[in-house]
Amino acid sequence: MADLLEIQGLTKHFPVRRGVLRRQIGTVQAVTDVSFTLKRDETLAIVGESGCGKSTLGRAILRLLEPSAGTIRLGGEDVTSLDRRALRAARKRMQIIFQDPYGSLNPRMTVREALSEPLLLHGMATPATIRGEVDRLITMCGLSAWHAERYPHEFSGGQRQRVGIARALATRPSLIVCDEPVSALDVSVQAQIVNLLQDLQRELGLAYVFISHDLGVVRHIANRVAVMYLGRIVEEAQTDQLYGNPRHPYTRALLAAAPRADPATARHKPPIEGGTPSAMALPSGCAFHPRCPLAIERCRTERPEIRAVDRNRVACHRADEPVTGTLDQAPGQGSPALLRRLAILERRRAAG
Amino acid sequence: MAEPLLSVRSLEVRFRLDGRSMRAVDDVSFDLQKGQTLGIVGESGCGKSVTSLSIMRLLPSPPAQVAAGEVLLEGRDLLKLSEREMRKLRGGRIGMIFQEPMTSLNPVYTCGDQIIEGLRVHSGLSGKAARDRAIELLELVRLPSPEKRIDDYPHQLSGGQRQRVMIALALANDPAVLIADEPTTALDVTIQSQILDLMRDLQERTGTAIMLITHDLGVVAETCQQVVVMYAGSVIERGPVDKIFADPQHPYTIGLMAAVPRMDAGRARLASIPGSLPPPWQNIPGCRFASRCPLADNRCQAEMPRLREVTPGHDVACWKAPIEGAG
Repeated sequence: MADLLEIQGLTKHFPVRRGVLRRQIGTVQAVTDVSFTLKRDETLAIVGESGCGKSTLGRAILRLLEPSAGTIRLGGEDVTSLDRRALRAARKRMQIIFQDPYGSLNPRMTVREALSEPLLLHGMATPATIRGEVDRLITMCGLSAWHAERYPHEFSGGQRQRVGIARALATRPSLIVCDEPVSALDVSVQAQIVNLLQDLQRELGLAYVFISHDLGVVRHIANRVAVMYLGRIVEEAQTDQLYGNPRHPYTRALLAAAPRADPATARHKPPIEGGTPSAMALPSGCAFHPRCPLAIERCRTERPEIRAVDRNRVACHRADEPVTGTLDQAPGQGSPALLRRLAILERRRAAG
Repeated sequence: MAEPLLSVRSLEVRFRLDGRSMRAVDDVSFDLQKGQTLGIVGESGCGKSVTSLSIMRLLPSPPAQVAAGEVLLEGRDLLKLSEREMRKLRGGRIGMIFQEPMTSLNPVYTCGDQIIEGLRVHSGLSGKAARDRAIELLELVRLPSPEKRIDDYPHQLSGGQRQRVMIALALANDPAVLIADEPTTALDVTIQSQILDLMRDLQERTGTAIMLITHDLGVVAETCQQVVVMYAGSVIERGPVDKIFADPQHPYTIGLMAAVPRMDAGRARLASIPGSLPPPWQNIPGCRFASRCPLADNRCQAEMPRLREVTPGHDVACWKAPIEGAG
C-alpha cells in the first residue's frame, strides 16, 4: 500500500533576534532533516525529552509552522507548496489533538457550536443534517448526546480530551497528529483515552503521528517509534524492535531511565549524566556525544548519518558494536495476584 | 516496631466553599519510620497534597480547616504548635521539596543567598562558615561547579539543577523528615532518574526519612519502602511496597496498577477504571469507590469500610477483600 504521509528532509529553524535593529544573533535548530513515512492504519510515535523538537515537528507537518526546508506529501499531494486556499482544503485531511484541549476550545461556545463550525465550514454537513452529525461524532468519542449542550469548563480532563478528539474527527481526516494527548491525564483516565484512540483508528483507518515523552504509553499505541534528540531522529524502528533491541545509546538511556511500576525489577542503575544542551549551540559531531558513555574521538568531529543497523535505522557511529549490559526486560504484566484479581473484576464488570 | 518519627492519626481536613463544607481528607492515618521512604500515591483529587500541606500547616485557613486528628513529629503534635514554633520547624526539622522549584525559589536572590538565609535562621551560621556549608550542600546534591553556581540566580539554572538547589535547601539543617510533593513530575525522564538516584543516595548517607507524594506508581516502586494508596480523601490500602505490588487487595489499587502502561507489555489493550471520582461535596455513607466498583453490593453502598489487616503490616479498606475465586 502506498504511504499516506511522506516527510522528506523536514527542517525548521527559528532565527533568534535581539536589540532594536532585530539583528539575528543565532538560530534555534528545532528540527533538522527529518524524514519518515506513514501508512493508513499506522501509528508512528515521536518520542524525546523537552526541547528535542517533537512538538515543532508535529506543527511543521501540518504547516501550522512554515517549514524552513523539506517536503511533506499527504496522499501523494505535495502539501509544502500549497497556497493558503489549497492548504485550507488540505487541512480537512490532517488534524491535530493537543495536550490540553481547553486552550483550543472557545470557552463561550457549547460543544455543539464548537463541533458545528468545522462541519459547516468544510461542507461536511448542512443545517439540516448538522444535529445528527454532531451527535454521531460525540457518541463515537464516548460521550452522550446531551454533553453537546455543555461548555468546555463543565467537563473533566478526560471528557475534554474526548471533545478535542471529536473536533479533530469532524472533517473526517486521514491523518491526526496527537501532541502529548494523554500527558495531563490521570493514569486511569489516560488508559480510557488511549483505548479510544486505538478503537477509532481501527474503525476509521486513521494514521497517527503520536508525539509523547512517555515510553509506556508509546509501547501500547505505536507500530513504529522514532526517537528524537536535539532536532534529529537518532533512531527509528518497529516498536518491539526498538524496545527489545535499542541500538542508539540515547534510546537505551531513555529506556533505562523510565521508572518501572514493579519493585521486583526496579533497578538502581546510575543514570546518564548531564542535561540536554541548548538547541542554539549544538555540540559538534554527534549532538549526543557530551552525554554518551560510548563517545570516541570520531563522535566529537563527525556527525553520524542515519543508516540501517539490524532492523533499526540509527544515527550512531558505534551502533554495530555488541551492546554491553543489556536492559532487564521485566517479565509479564504484573504479579499473578494482580492479574487474577483484575480478571475477577473485569468478569464482574462485563456481567454488569 | 520503634516509635515512628512522624505519625499522622485520624486526620480530617474540610474545605468551606460557597457555603458548602466538603471533606478533602477523611480519617487518614499512617506512620513514617526513621530512615524510611513512604510513598503517598493516588490520582488528582485523592487528597495526597492536602495531607502533606496540612502536615506542614501550609493550607490557607479559611477555607481549609483541620477538623480532627493529630500529626506527631517526634512525639509533638504539630497541629497544636503556634505559627512561630511551626516556622522554626519548616526548613529546620522538616524539609520540603515541591514540584516546580521555580515557584518555590525566590527569583531575586541567588541560590546561595537562599541557602545561607536558611542556615542563618535555623542553625545560626553566618559569614564564611555559612557560605562554605552552602557550597558543601550544593556539592552534596551534585550540582556541577558549586563554588560558581552558588552565585547564580534560579533562572540561570535548568529545571533539574533548580530541583537540586531545592533539595540542598531542604537538607540544609539536617531535617528529620523530608516532605517531597511530586518532586520529579515536571522533569524529563533522564533528569527524573538522576534526582531519584540522588534522593536515594542522600537518604542512605543522612538517614533522613522521606515522605514522597506522587501520582506515579513507577516512582513509588523505585524509591519507597512503604506505600499509602489514597482515593477520594481516604486511605484505601497501605503496606510495604513489595506486598502492595505483589498482592494488591483493593479494587482501586488493582485497577490503578493495571492501567499503568508498561514498557514490557506489547500492544495490548490497557485496563481502565470506568467512571470518575465522586464530587467532593457529595455525602457518601459507604465506600467512596463503590460507584466504580464491579463488586459493590448494598453493604458497600451503606457502610464505610475501615482499614483492616489482611496480612501482617498490609491493611486494606474493602469489605470484599481478599478478592478470590468466584468472588
